[in-house]
Amino acid sequence: MKEIKILKYIMNDFKRNKWIIIYTIFLFLISSGLIYSSKDFNKSIASILNVTLIIIPLVSTLFTALHYYNSIEFLQMLLTQPIKRATIFRAEFYGIAFSLSSAYLIGIMLPVFIQGVNITSILLAITGVILTIIFTSISLFIAISIDEKIKGMGILFFSWLFFSVLFDGLIILIYFLFNNYPLEKVTIILTMLNPVDIGRIIILMKLDLSAMLGYNGAVFMKFFGSTFGIVLCFAVCTTWILIPSYLALRKFNRKNF
Amino acid sequence: MIKIEGLCKNYGKLKAIKEIYLELNGGKIYALMGPNGSGKTTMLKCILGLIKPEKGKIIVNGEDIQYNFLYRDNIGYMPQTAHFPENLKVKEVISIIKEIRGEEKAIDFELYDSFKINEILDKTISSLSQGTKQRLSGALTFMFGSKIIILDEPTAGLDPFSANHMRDKILKEKKNGKLILFTTHIINEIEELAENLIFILEGKIHLELDLNKSGQQHRKFQLSKYLPGVFKGYEGN
Repeated sequence: MKEIKILKYIMNDFKRNKWIIIYTIFLFLISSGLIYSSKDFNKSIASILNVTLIIIPLVSTLFTALHYYNSIEFLQMLLTQPIKRATIFRAEFYGIAFSLSSAYLIGIMLPVFIQGVNITSILLAITGVILTIIFTSISLFIAISIDEKIKGMGILFFSWLFFSVLFDGLIILIYFLFNNYPLEKVTIILTMLNPVDIGRIIILMKLDLSAMLGYNGAVFMKFFGSTFGIVLCFAVCTTWILIPSYLALRKFNRKNF
Repeated sequence: MIKIEGLCKNYGKLKAIKEIYLELNGGKIYALMGPNGSGKTTMLKCILGLIKPEKGKIIVNGEDIQYNFLYRDNIGYMPQTAHFPENLKVKEVISIIKEIRGEEKAIDFELYDSFKINEILDKTISSLSQGTKQRLSGALTFMFGSKIIILDEPTAGLDPFSANHMRDKILKEKKNGKLILFTTHIINEIEELAENLIFILEGKIHLELDLNKSGQQHRKFQLSKYLPGVFKGYEGN
């Protein structure tokens, strides 16, 4: 019961948060712009996907950490009350994840669903929400671990850069250095280590745009086929949510305030 | 009501608290004194579960607090600097805590009234001065009739009138059988309020005094003479 009450306060806080509203409007403009500028629905979904894969991790990461750092005072106040630490943590986590996911669903998916609901657009919706939750939990873990706001934000920005940009470069480097060896299995394992890549593969396997899959995606698809591949991707995504959020909760439970 | 057994807390290499043993009972006022950085606030925060100790047990009302959170229902805590969410209004903060603590509880409006909290109900926390935040924090600490009151330098940020209200309230609640534990740097305040003095030095209890035993007259004389000596001995080391 208390969890719901606290969740209510955090949600009230979000309703007043202008950044969430700006984020929603921004996503809405991008999404409708991309849909109306192209006649091929699948192509606009692919474009939306590319934008989504860059923006969602970035905004989720930074917004989560900022919200955590700014609400430390609220958390401290709650911590002196008869409430379990885990309850406070969950309320904060669910609150942020829910607000960011709603922003995504309204901003990106509303224009898409107006155009048409098919398996690809539903997958796009699910993938976006999952990516939001994954980066919320990663960000929460790092923010709870690092007390200094500036340092924490720096590390979070770098982690976004790593997953969104550097990771692909790293993989290409590995192929380049070890191209004499069979790299299929290594590729698959490496792909699993990057939630952004998994998100991309989930959509592109359904979209028939194999040119955009890249090497990772192509190997993945060849290895697993699209249906089993998607199931596997979702399983990996769940792990990507569970492990960081568990670590974040553990950190929160042991933290000195 | 509170029993501390072998409490230890380290911050990295720094040993903030080294094996504290303490027993505090209801109907008494305990003053916690010591130089800056001696571990007073750390000890209070350990009792509240804000800080997790490395070693030792804290028992509040017969319950080990380690895996417990409901015991905080019996504790009112006023931190050194008040922490409230900046974008909320005063009345929202009050209603949040009221809801968490339970609506059915009798509310003690005494300090709330003397601090004139009803005049600032519609202001946001960010527009309050630090002293006003302290007043709100103090009023909230006493509002829910907690049996244990923990105050971290309760009069430090308050104007003399509010500080007087605070001291009167402390004495009054003691008569109601509550356990009051407060830290302070003001010797006069200890003389006025406390019956028991706990002096902490470098994370250890240096001295525990029952001020009642020595009698009223003697007590004042002794304290203001004795304490500077303790401080000097500390500085000399």
